[in-house]
Amino acid sequence: MTLGGWIIMIVSVGSVTCLFSWCIHKVLTTPEEEEDKIHGFEIETPDTKK
Amino acid sequence: MSSSHPKESWNSRIGIILAVSGSAVGLGNFLRFPGLAAKHGGGAFMLAYFVSFLIIGLSICWAEWAMGRAGGQKGRNSSPGILAAITGQSNYKYFGVIGVLIPVMIYMYYVYIEAWCLGYSVNFLAGNLDFASGEEASAFFGAFVGAGADGSAFGFGIKQVGWFLVAVFILNFILIYRGLSRGIELFCKYAMPALMILAFVVLIRVLTIGTPDPANPDLNVNNGLGYMWNPSKTIVESQNSDGVWTKINEVVGENAIATATAQAAADGSLRVRKVSLTQQLLNFQLWLDAAGQIFFSLSIGFGVIINYSSYLKRKDDVVLSGLAATSANEFCEVGLGGLMTVPAAFTFLGIAGATGSTLGLGFNALPMVFASMPAGALFGFLFFFLLFLAAVTSSLSMLQPGIAFLEESMDIDRKKSVSVLGIITALGSGFVVYFSKDLKALDTIDFWVGTFLIFVLATIQIIIFGWVIGIKRGLKMANQGALFKVPPIYGVIMKYVTPTFLLIIFALWTIQNVFGYNILTGEQDYSSYVNDLFIQPNGVARFSVALIILVAAFFTILTAIAPKFKPNDEGGNAK
Repeated sequence: MTLGGWIIMIVSVGSVTCLFSWCIHKVLTTPEEEEDKIHGFEIETPDTKK
Repeated sequence: MSSSHPKESWNSRIGIILAVSGSAVGLGNFLRFPGLAAKHGGGAFMLAYFVSFLIIGLSICWAEWAMGRAGGQKGRNSSPGILAAITGQSNYKYFGVIGVLIPVMIYMYYVYIEAWCLGYSVNFLAGNLDFASGEEASAFFGAFVGAGADGSAFGFGIKQVGWFLVAVFILNFILIYRGLSRGIELFCKYAMPALMILAFVVLIRVLTIGTPDPANPDLNVNNGLGYMWNPSKTIVESQNSDGVWTKINEVVGENAIATATAQAAADGSLRVRKVSLTQQLLNFQLWLDAAGQIFFSLSIGFGVIINYSSYLKRKDDVVLSGLAATSANEFCEVGLGGLMTVPAAFTFLGIAGATGSTLGLGFNALPMVFASMPAGALFGFLFFFLLFLAAVTSSLSMLQPGIAFLEESMDIDRKKSVSVLGIITALGSGFVVYFSKDLKALDTIDFWVGTFLIFVLATIQIIIFGWVIGIKRGLKMANQGALFKVPPIYGVIMKYVTPTFLLIIFALWTIQNVFGYNILTGEQDYSSYVNDLFIQPNGVARFSVALIILVAAFFTILTAIAPKFKPNDEGGNAK
């Protein structure tokens, strides 16, 4: 494999690996919206709104 | 929701991401992608591939996720119901029929291919795939799938597909019967990580092969990777009597290039030429193949993502989830598939073994590769089992849109819907498997539904998102509950660039693959698919198209009479 081949392979594989890792990290570390608890009424009730 | 049936939903965000990525990851990731990258030269192909990913892949993926979730919030899970609900116009439901037809029809032949993967993995374990030549591998494949004569696929020995087909059909319907979270999500949660671990194991084996045959020092894994990823290619050409140079073959490796150069120096009708990255990029076929690969690999335009995302909650993040599912597919395709199959085939069989069709590489070349490898039976089993897992996660996704459609259009529960779809797909699969000679029925349905109609649906979906719903409202829909928003530039891309790019690709594809017109040479020769229907009619091809029309008509009638597909029914009007 030529130097150009190595560069293309590393950039291609590296970029999709980084993107995938970043997405999985974000998905696993961002808390999910617990919609059931707030479904049907506002968390911020009108009387607290300025 | 007007239905009395309980509304289904996903259990977790990671669950739907694994389910969508499971739908996208299939045989194409490990067999089709590496073949195309090697054919066109890794550097040029990857450039076109990433451009297509940004313009087509992400755009349609985010549009489908957003439209699906919006439709789900209006109580609709099937493609006709979703399109009618989010546009507020009843007639759009008929476009949605394509989104049900595609996965149901593809399932009918995909389950057959899934059975091949399971059958090959079992046969590797049983030691039945120790081939000494390409002819042996080819003969086994032909007998296994029944390619010799119609009806011959219904054999029930270990070297025939029958039992494997029954097993995978039952497995799919057990899982789909268990429902969204207890069936599809649970299976994908285990199958996807297992698939990636298996791929890593096989990958490590491939990358540590070295030079298996000292008598052929050019056939080593380094040159195998070079064949796939080198930006420039070295080809040997010969000159005909008219003075025109035509390509004979490609050469890889210092010794092979030196030998070819010496031959060319001795023979005036031969020459060795280097094709640069820029020259490869000027080949329009490369762009067509790159865009097509992105398109089919990501499962966009299949009617699956729009259905899966309709089970999301109102504030679930579709931007991150869409990107995560897409990136999982890309990782499997470029990061695993791109380093595995073609380099392995090259190392053992040379360029001739590493080129060819997806099925040729997968079921003829690779079994020979594993047969030549130390502990090949084990690695062959692992590889085909990984393909089998990838196929199951994809085939499950093909059933859910049909289930949702029957539930809504016939107002029945999941149990009845699974039964009706089971009968439809069993009859359809029976047709495809019976007409196994030269895999004619499979090939015909794959072309007209698995390729042609997918182009049509994806184009319709992005036009509806950008022009009917409107890009402003569409992006607002997508960004609801998102950790990060869709980049604003995608407003312009989704409205103008993606539809234009898709229409151009679709037009070129149709001109070339349907009408058989060669844009570069100007020659025309109708494709075999058109030929089979109109010029030299083939009975099986015509019956296959009739089957597509029959199923489409059935779905259209159900769509026309179902009260739930009218936008005014129960919150349907979005405007």
